[in-house]
Amino acid sequence: MHLYRAHVLVCAGTNCSLKGHRAVREALTGEIVGRGLGGEVKVVETGCFGLCEQGPTIVVYPEGVLYCRVRVEDVPELVGSHLLKGRRVERLMYREPARPVAVQTVPELGYFRKQVRVVLENCGIIDPDSLEEYIGHGGYAALARVLGGEPAAVVAEVKASGLRGRGGAGFPAGLKWEFGARAPGPVKYVVCNADEGEPGTFKDRLILEGDPHRILEGMAICGFATGSRQGYIYIRGEYGLSISRLEHSIRNARELGLLGRNIFDSGFDFDVEVRFGAGAYVCGEETALFESLEGKRGEPRIKPPYPTEVGLFGRPTVINNVETLANIPSIVNRGAAWYRGIGTDACPGTKVFTLTGDIVNEGLIEVPMGITLREVIYDIGGGIPGGRRFKMAQTGGTSGGCLPESLLDVPMDFDRLAAAGSALGSGALLVMDDTHCIVDVTRVFSRFFLHESCGQCAPCREGTLQLHHILERFTTGRGSRDDLRLLGRLAKTLAGASLCPLGQSVPLSVLTTLKHFEPEYLAHIDERACPTGTCRPLAGGVKPAAAGNGRRG
Amino acid sequence: MKDRVRLTIDGHEILAERGSSILAAAREAGIAIPTLCHHPDQRVKALCRICVVEVERSRTLQAACAFPVADGMVVRTRSPAIREARRTILELIIARHPLDCLQCARNLHCELQTLAERMGVRDANFHRLDKSIEQDTSSPSLVRDPAKCVVCRRCVETCQEVQQVGVLFPLYRGADTIIGTAGERGLLDAVCTMCGQCSLTCPTGAIVERDHTRQVWEALGDPDKHVVVQTAPATRVTIGEEFGMEPGSIVTGKLVAALRRLGFDRVFDTDFTADLTILEEAHELLHRVKAGGVLPLITSCSPGWVKYVEHFFPQLLPNVSTCKSPQQMFGALAKTYYAQRAGMDPADIYVVSVMPCTAKKFEAGRPEMTAGGHPDVDAVLTSRELGRMLREAGIDFLDLPEEDYDLPLGISTGAGVIFGASGGVMEAALRTAYETITGRALENLDITAVRGLDGIKEAAIEADGLVVKAAVGHGLGNARKLCELVAGGSADYHFIEIMGCPGGCIGGGGQPIPTTNAIRRRRMDAIYEVDRNMPIRKSHENQVVKALYAEFLGRPLGEKSHQLLHTHYQPRERYPT
Repeated sequence: MHLYRAHVLVCAGTNCSLKGHRAVREALTGEIVGRGLGGEVKVVETGCFGLCEQGPTIVVYPEGVLYCRVRVEDVPELVGSHLLKGRRVERLMYREPARPVAVQTVPELGYFRKQVRVVLENCGIIDPDSLEEYIGHGGYAALARVLGGEPAAVVAEVKASGLRGRGGAGFPAGLKWEFGARAPGPVKYVVCNADEGEPGTFKDRLILEGDPHRILEGMAICGFATGSRQGYIYIRGEYGLSISRLEHSIRNARELGLLGRNIFDSGFDFDVEVRFGAGAYVCGEETALFESLEGKRGEPRIKPPYPTEVGLFGRPTVINNVETLANIPSIVNRGAAWYRGIGTDACPGTKVFTLTGDIVNEGLIEVPMGITLREVIYDIGGGIPGGRRFKMAQTGGTSGGCLPESLLDVPMDFDRLAAAGSALGSGALLVMDDTHCIVDVTRVFSRFFLHESCGQCAPCREGTLQLHHILERFTTGRGSRDDLRLLGRLAKTLAGASLCPLGQSVPLSVLTTLKHFEPEYLAHIDERACPTGTCRPLAGGVKPAAAGNGRRG
Repeated sequence: MKDRVRLTIDGHEILAERGSSILAAAREAGIAIPTLCHHPDQRVKALCRICVVEVERSRTLQAACAFPVADGMVVRTRSPAIREARRTILELIIARHPLDCLQCARNLHCELQTLAERMGVRDANFHRLDKSIEQDTSSPSLVRDPAKCVVCRRCVETCQEVQQVGVLFPLYRGADTIIGTAGERGLLDAVCTMCGQCSLTCPTGAIVERDHTRQVWEALGDPDKHVVVQTAPATRVTIGEEFGMEPGSIVTGKLVAALRRLGFDRVFDTDFTADLTILEEAHELLHRVKAGGVLPLITSCSPGWVKYVEHFFPQLLPNVSTCKSPQQMFGALAKTYYAQRAGMDPADIYVVSVMPCTAKKFEAGRPEMTAGGHPDVDAVLTSRELGRMLREAGIDFLDLPEEDYDLPLGISTGAGVIFGASGGVMEAALRTAYETITGRALENLDITAVRGLDGIKEAAIEADGLVVKAAVGHGLGNARKLCELVAGGSADYHFIEIMGCPGGCIGGGGQPIPTTNAIRRRRMDAIYEVDRNMPIRKSHENQVVKALYAEFLGRPLGEKSHQLLHTHYQPRERYPT
């Protein structure tokens, strides 16, 4: 085996690739070979490293030096200086807002200090297209281990871990597996829900891009535990990179006998197919996903029966989110007790969040359950850019609620965010500073649901229309106190009477903003004024200059 | 003893069958829960959410129609929260529903209107956000007004699953969702069979029959027109429902009296040409059997079925009987035989049909349905339209005396009347075929194997060593199954009866609303009761039909018959372009 003295890890996640990682990687390879270092330094493409805001990012090992916003023009200096002479290129190294000194190595980064990487342990470390690298990092050991034992033992271990579904609902994964295992019938399915449609959420995409075999291994373990021989990954059609890496990984796994017939000579057969969604948000709802996967219009089914009784193609089906499945190999390898040592009692483990909005370090993080919003925003996220003031954070994506500054210390897990009127959801975290009008922002959220309601049940179909209409009346100076009362009625009806979680979660942003920012609504209604000056037809304060506001797009 | 569970609804402890819904359990216990998308013959949709109730320990409200009962379950059907949710949903629907109820075909027969009244909706709090969407008036049978649609999808289930025609389905998403056809074509340009079953399941006026009452009023008011009317077999057991009578009320005599009072010059009976159809079709069958013609022979009385087979199984058109339907045979004879006898110019005769059917309107307009330059039939009234005309005329239907049909085209047999129920054509044909083949009287005229609401029924009757194998299908979903058998070569039937509508004409798309399977059964029973009470129950014993052959037609399948009573079909595209 050839040994290299240095490895250059180039992030090839979606964000870095959009920022031109490929040209940088090619320049690096060319420069390294050109300087005769080809036998000493290896360039590796990895999945997402997490600091998407700073991309394209590169980490040079063995020191672990992080370089940010690397351009092709920087490459000769990087190679000539760091890799040839051993001198770090300070100007490309990361600077934290609070500390003007360049951060020397990855472990020093505040961004990483509070993170605990379970799901993302390989992301940014291994080449996602290399099955060997996955195996080299312990991959498929968990599958090998479970195949030597009893399915019930796997279910028991997952139950004992306390792992809760990471798609948003937080249902205990082990219990779901147990229902699936108990369901009668010769044909059952395992479905991986990779239809990640929640605005601001891109964790599943980056997990799949960074460590695709982890999902395949998780699905195979689930198949063994529940008595299924066929898995489907239903993934957003737009996730081109995830899809190509998954398909590549499935091919490789089949070639090595890690998928297919008689895996590890155990007599267990399991295979996986990838199916694409066509862009409907509602297809992330598990039963709408089944309908879509079956080739029908994607609309939620009535529950009960639940998927573990009647799921895909009418068969018992265990459907888990990408992140849930990504936890499985670690739980099997390291045990439920270890897993319970992370996070909170009610919600063990870690949670992957995607940070977006008015926050310095937009990107992907993994933290223990129960971490506070304040820690995530300020200690990991680097705070609000441009010296602006925090206004609100929406947790759980557009279907979540909006929390004001007074709730910054709420610990983030399924139960406590729900108690705060919001939701942990899929782990999207949108931060907004004080330049944003809360009424206008809520209107924008409502427009999303107006567009994405499937149109099946009356409260959601009609309610999202009226909800958006009323909010638009507010932002255009036509709203009344009657409208405000209607808004409350609508919110309650949508939450209580809608057929599926889509409609039920529409009102969270409305209810939380009404609760925490009522004066801003009343200004729009009673004074026909928008305090932030966002709503153009209304009188209002001068909109603060956009300078220093880190928002893009 | 069935498996039962004990639960509490509104404080009452009740026993309910395991697996049943809260709605069913509540109704059985006499607790009313309002519904809108619910239909007794359809699967649970749970999408209008009007029936929401509180189930203890459930985070959200639950749809009573869908949520299964369980032991120890505690349900509340009345609370301020439930009331507010239901009213909000209803007001939301109304906020986008046109408020022109006074001009609507379903005024006073609209489930949305009834629900609004029942829930005491007196104010409209939400903003009116009308759907700007045009009516589809392309079809000669049906008018769709998507603006009135509440997107309950009952028509979709009817079209997709019961009829399996698949014309109607949800288009677009969210608040833009409408029910429509592929490419939003008009029904005439889609593969719609015009069966009108969708108009029976629609709770509002979003799908209604195309109105012919205006032209009938005009004809009745025209002194130069001799207006004759024919009544389809099934209408005599359903028209009463338009006036609040129980389903299955036999009102033949009142129907005749009512039509006379409306001003029709002659009141005739389609049953007469039903008898005639049997003679033509039985001979067609015997001819095909003897001459080695295309078998099985499939009936052609039902115009929805005929259009269906033209679209979906054009390769089976040689199997379809060339007999016109009784409606068209009647029209052809009215403007020839009857015109001659009465010494009238056929151009002055105006033929109106009272039909259980919307597809009959389409059939009457088919270009080949003209016996010598004149359309066989000029206007087709569904049972519902006749109900409206009688109400408009102020005729007190319930108090009318019983009157008899006019001669000669009003004379019929029990075999003619059972055309109104699925299996009836087969039973009537077998009565005649048996006696024609054997020359002996059939002992038991009741061929019960082909009666009832089973989707596909089979019978075999032996006549002097010849075993006639028959099958009966009703509803186009069952028609598809039979067609697949025949097209696949695995059917060994001689004769197949197919009716486009579930239950046959008593369940036709033009019948009074509601038409449910329970109601279909009662109407069906009434049809067989009419048959039982007829003095003559075999078509070939209809004396007027015999006279018609003697005086005018010659013989079954003769030249004149071919000219007047038989037709041809045209293959149609399955995916019209």
